[in-house]
Amino acid sequence: MTISGWIQIALYCAIIIAITRPLGGFLTTLATGGRSFLSPVLGPVERGIYAACGVKPTDEQSWVGYAVAMLMFKVVGFVLAYAILRLQTVLPLNPAGQSAITPDLAYNTAVSFLTNTNWQSYGGESTMSNASQMVALTVQNFMSAAAGIAIAFAFVRGFSRRSAKTIGNFWVDLTRITLYGLIPICIIFTLVLVWQGVPQTLGGFVDATTLEGAKQTIAIGPVASQEAIKMLGTNGGGFFNANSAHPFENPTALVDFFQMISIFAIGAALTNMFGRMVGSEKQGWAVFAAMGILFLVGVSVLYWSEAHGNPLLTALGVDPSMGNMEGKEIRFGITQSALFSTITTAASCGAVNSMIESFLPLGGMVPMVNMMLGEIIFGGVGSGLYGFMMFAIVAVFVAGLMVGRTPEYLGKKIEAREIKMTMLAILCLPLVMLGFTAVAVVVTAGTTGISASGPHGFSEALYAYVSAAANNGSAFAGLSANTKFWNTSLGIGMMIGRFFVIIPALAIAGSMAAKKTVPPSAGTFPTDGPMFVGLALGVILIVGGLTFFPALALGPIVEHFALAAGTTY
Amino acid sequence: MLSSLRPAIVMIVLMTIITGIAYPLAMTGVAGVIFPHQAEGSLITRDGKTVGSELIGQNFTTDAYFHPRPSATTDTDPADATKTVPSPYNAASSGGSNLAPSAKALVDRVAADVAKLKAENPGATIPGDLVTTSGSGLDPDISPAAAQFQVPRIARARKLDPVTVAALVASRTEAPLFGLLGEPRVNVLQLNLALDQAGK
Repeated sequence: MTISGWIQIALYCAIIIAITRPLGGFLTTLATGGRSFLSPVLGPVERGIYAACGVKPTDEQSWVGYAVAMLMFKVVGFVLAYAILRLQTVLPLNPAGQSAITPDLAYNTAVSFLTNTNWQSYGGESTMSNASQMVALTVQNFMSAAAGIAIAFAFVRGFSRRSAKTIGNFWVDLTRITLYGLIPICIIFTLVLVWQGVPQTLGGFVDATTLEGAKQTIAIGPVASQEAIKMLGTNGGGFFNANSAHPFENPTALVDFFQMISIFAIGAALTNMFGRMVGSEKQGWAVFAAMGILFLVGVSVLYWSEAHGNPLLTALGVDPSMGNMEGKEIRFGITQSALFSTITTAASCGAVNSMIESFLPLGGMVPMVNMMLGEIIFGGVGSGLYGFMMFAIVAVFVAGLMVGRTPEYLGKKIEAREIKMTMLAILCLPLVMLGFTAVAVVVTAGTTGISASGPHGFSEALYAYVSAAANNGSAFAGLSANTKFWNTSLGIGMMIGRFFVIIPALAIAGSMAAKKTVPPSAGTFPTDGPMFVGLALGVILIVGGLTFFPALALGPIVEHFALAAGTTY
Repeated sequence: MLSSLRPAIVMIVLMTIITGIAYPLAMTGVAGVIFPHQAEGSLITRDGKTVGSELIGQNFTTDAYFHPRPSATTDTDPADATKTVPSPYNAASSGGSNLAPSAKALVDRVAADVAKLKAENPGATIPGDLVTTSGSGLDPDISPAAAQFQVPRIARARKLDPVTVAALVASRTEAPLFGLLGEPRVNVLQLNLALDQAGK
């Protein structure tokens, strides 16, 4: 660990804090239907889309209507993405001559991009045509992010409205977020990426003759435009197999830094949007603080772990002062690799700039814990906020039980229905993460895909289902996941992890919106102060710890002690 | 339920046109005009031939060139399409070793590399990056320490003064941006091009 490393981390945190409020204000404008500075240009496009869709923007939907619209959009999106992937050999824009994609891989990939997971059972540059990358995958990068933010808007409306029947219009939210928010930011971001060296071309692969006379084929394509939304929308699905470790996706330390900022930008800003919508920005900052504390703990542990060399290699005479460099790039070093890996798994991004499978055991455990907690540390765009709110509801419920008073949050009474929905959302994640792992490590179809032996092999399977259910998409990438068993089971896990959280979240929004607001009294538990932050953190860590500690003990923790004792597998 | 079908279909078609076709094509057009070199992959040409990309590492094995880090990239086995064979710096199939820190395969690989490096430059400390593979398998850089480690070998092979070679390495070392972001590094392909230039 170095001083300059800690300064980079501090600088990163300062920038995130600085952009939260302005970007939060902008998102509030989008959520409330206000005009943005782009309205004069894009207003006609927006109205044209509503007219073509037959949507009246002033007609709002109940929570059921909102959920049905979202699900219908997902079904149609799945059919289109699946069709394009299956047909890439007959579609244009396939300069590298990529072959056909199998049904199970196309299903897995379509579900993966639809659910904002972006798990990749394939290597991008050796599997996907430019048409698949652009028309199937980039579109879903935008749409899954916009849908996630839309759900967060609807959820917050549940708290900000009183005695209301509706929580917004899905089509309007989706359109406004995409047109005014995601596309303009991505256009600027794309140009910054190209300036720094990310390719953006429709040409075929380049053949070079190396100085030693060998032939090197260099994969290339429309990378920058996909990279921008991949980061901003916390998607994480790379153009190349090596993702953001690839020099064409992430050529410099400056780009790396921008990528890290873009992962957290919208997730952090949504806490401020929440505060503004419920009438007190302090409420948003309390949520931000709880998330920020968990983030700082994670990044410190990961940085500390990776700054040590691998003791087995040090014993062979390798200088440990550079840290554990297996799977890491020189231009990022330990600091940016540790910071990136914490951010990408705290949010539901899943892009990686270093190979997490090769991290030291405790270093690899931090990303796993981030995802197991449900990706509520800023989290995926939208999903981080409503995911955290589930825990906030449990926290105020527990506080209410302690003093024997009906719990309330932001003036809304929390009753049996909300708690049932919250528990459904919170419990479905461990069901997939632990249940599916348990199956995969005992059946042959599962174990044949696992590359590592010993406790690390268990971690590999656990990481895969944790990543799928949390809609992250990063991997212990030694896993050979492109088989019927893994593609199918991971696809199911991703859908459960997405929709069994979104639908309860919308149900809570609907019942909250219908409630009256109770004015605060002397007995009201304040949810904008350190007491609430501490209680929410306690709930998150206790629920997460009780659920996952045994599994972690079998994987990374055992491996840590084995490594210290010099055992290899 | 079905009343949502029309907006869903029209919306996905319109958004596909906007975000999947118009946006990437427009960005390709604009990027090609403003940053043509980067947009096409930052390619390097020498004597009219493309020798590689500034950003993509390439394999060097002879004594007269600086070597990059080990690479874990693979290629399809020409004899059996279902298998893969090692193919370092295969820029059409990126990826890391994904070996566990406790993997015997990792320890064995590093032990073999350490033995070779010790024979090449006895007594010197072995920099960590020279025996570890990168995440992409295409890392264009090595650390300044890894470059200095190879100076005696280059000087012998090229019959140059080691001080000259070390000075070349120092002149090609890039510092972190603003002295803060990233790590100090040396681009291996650029260094080797400079080395060829110096020998002329």
